[in-house]
Amino acid sequence: MNPISLEALAAEVPDGAMLALPPDNSLPSVALAKALIRRGVRNLRLVGVPVSGFATDILIGAGCVTSVQTSAVSLGEAGFAPRFSAALRAGAIKVIDATCPAIHTMLQAAEKGVPFMPLRGLIGSDILANRPDWKVVPNPFATDGEDPIVLLPALNPDFVCFHALMADEEGNVWVGRRRECATIAHASKRALVTVERVVPGNFLEDERLASGAINATYISGIAIAERGARPVALLDEYGFDGAYVSEYARMARSEEGFAAWCAREVFEQKAQAAE
Amino acid sequence: MTEIKLEERIAVALAKLILDPSAPPARHIAVGAASPMPAAACWLVKKQGNPVRLSLLHKRSGNPFTEGTRELFDLTGQGRIDLFFLGGGQIDGSANLNLVGTGEWPGMGVRFPGSFGSAFMYFMTPRTILFREEHTPRVFVEKVDNISAPGVSPPGVFRRGTAQALVTGRCVFRFHPDRARFSLESVHPGETVESVRDATGFAFDVAGDVPFTPDPTPEELALLRGPICDEMMETYPEFCTRVFGRKQAA
Repeated sequence: MNPISLEALAAEVPDGAMLALPPDNSLPSVALAKALIRRGVRNLRLVGVPVSGFATDILIGAGCVTSVQTSAVSLGEAGFAPRFSAALRAGAIKVIDATCPAIHTMLQAAEKGVPFMPLRGLIGSDILANRPDWKVVPNPFATDGEDPIVLLPALNPDFVCFHALMADEEGNVWVGRRRECATIAHASKRALVTVERVVPGNFLEDERLASGAINATYISGIAIAERGARPVALLDEYGFDGAYVSEYARMARSEEGFAAWCAREVFEQKAQAAE
Repeated sequence: MTEIKLEERIAVALAKLILDPSAPPARHIAVGAASPMPAAACWLVKKQGNPVRLSLLHKRSGNPFTEGTRELFDLTGQGRIDLFFLGGGQIDGSANLNLVGTGEWPGMGVRFPGSFGSAFMYFMTPRTILFREEHTPRVFVEKVDNISAPGVSPPGVFRRGTAQALVTGRCVFRFHPDRARFSLESVHPGETVESVRDATGFAFDVAGDVPFTPDPTPEELALLRGPICDEMMETYPEFCTRVFGRKQAA
């Protein structure tokens, strides 16, 4: 699989797509989120696996998003996600709340190709009360009492985007221990992956690399984006840029501040890089 | 630096609750997102030489999970996690947690980040220690606006445990699931039963004289500010700088 350009990768995602994104501790592709903003994508239905962070907030701020299904949206130590909060208040986005293991479970059902999977907990939570698509049934195997349990439908996103450390010549990508990226890739129709670099060889033929790899069969497109997770950390390659996120959190408190940030960090940076 | 920071006091109070001999043993403790004080408490328990396994969800180097973050929930589902920590934008007198927001669902008043794993972890962990530094009537309310995770469940609903206690910036409450109420266990220095009552929106029980929460010992403070700060710096740099006075690397 030959890498394509970041902008070409972003062009693969049509308006209205359901797009799953990992959170800030698990290899989000901020580079691809910025490219999606530049491409002007609209009406994305985002899924936070299992929560949402920086990439989700900038996509919302840029008007690319119509709904977010997630278990939380946060900028970590920089606090609440400002454009998410503002969009919710303004009624500009629909927020579909979940709880972390429910998101994982719905994706695992899709991975297995089964229509639903059960999950403990949740009963008595208003999350469940606001999820008409989740059902409570008596445990059919219970020997004592009804034992109510929640059933969650399989979740099959149109796309997942994440940032892997590297790809090989065969199009396998390597994410190390961040295996939720594998789960989302398995469960989604198409996985679009940015990488720091492409290396020779085949990860699947290397016993030490194979367990951290995702087979190319799940990968629909790869683009090289150096520092593509930044400001988020990438495994042991680079750390979290707290100052960058803090500045964003300050500027994005207002719509004007966000627009200024976006012009500088999403559009100008790209123009400079192209020169 | 000798002044005891409130965060240090809370961390030490949390550590004492982890080691509470009247509670089931905490052999494997997990710490979730945005939880620097619980993380400090767990490190304190460990660095004091207690045999405990710590699984810190947001640890970047040496992260304990090799199957992605779902592994924390799978472990908990099986009963392999003994103790977890939860906070809340609102917590009420029945230990219901609201991490979603105030007003109409889904938090049309003030939106909080969201429920994270609370709606599962609170049920499936034998012990949960609640923490919230801000102790005001807007946080500790009579009834939460929205329930992310309920404090107690009706009979027949599978549940391994609930809140053991709630540690705040003013006091330590013990939770009694049999009557779904908190009782006041200790007040931090400078607080009284009355000052806590004034700052709390829910009713709670008071039995006899309420002691002060003990000060952290010099040994505990030295551990927190030295080796524990070292452990936490990568995950919580802002917290370590603010509380322990540690300078961040440029």
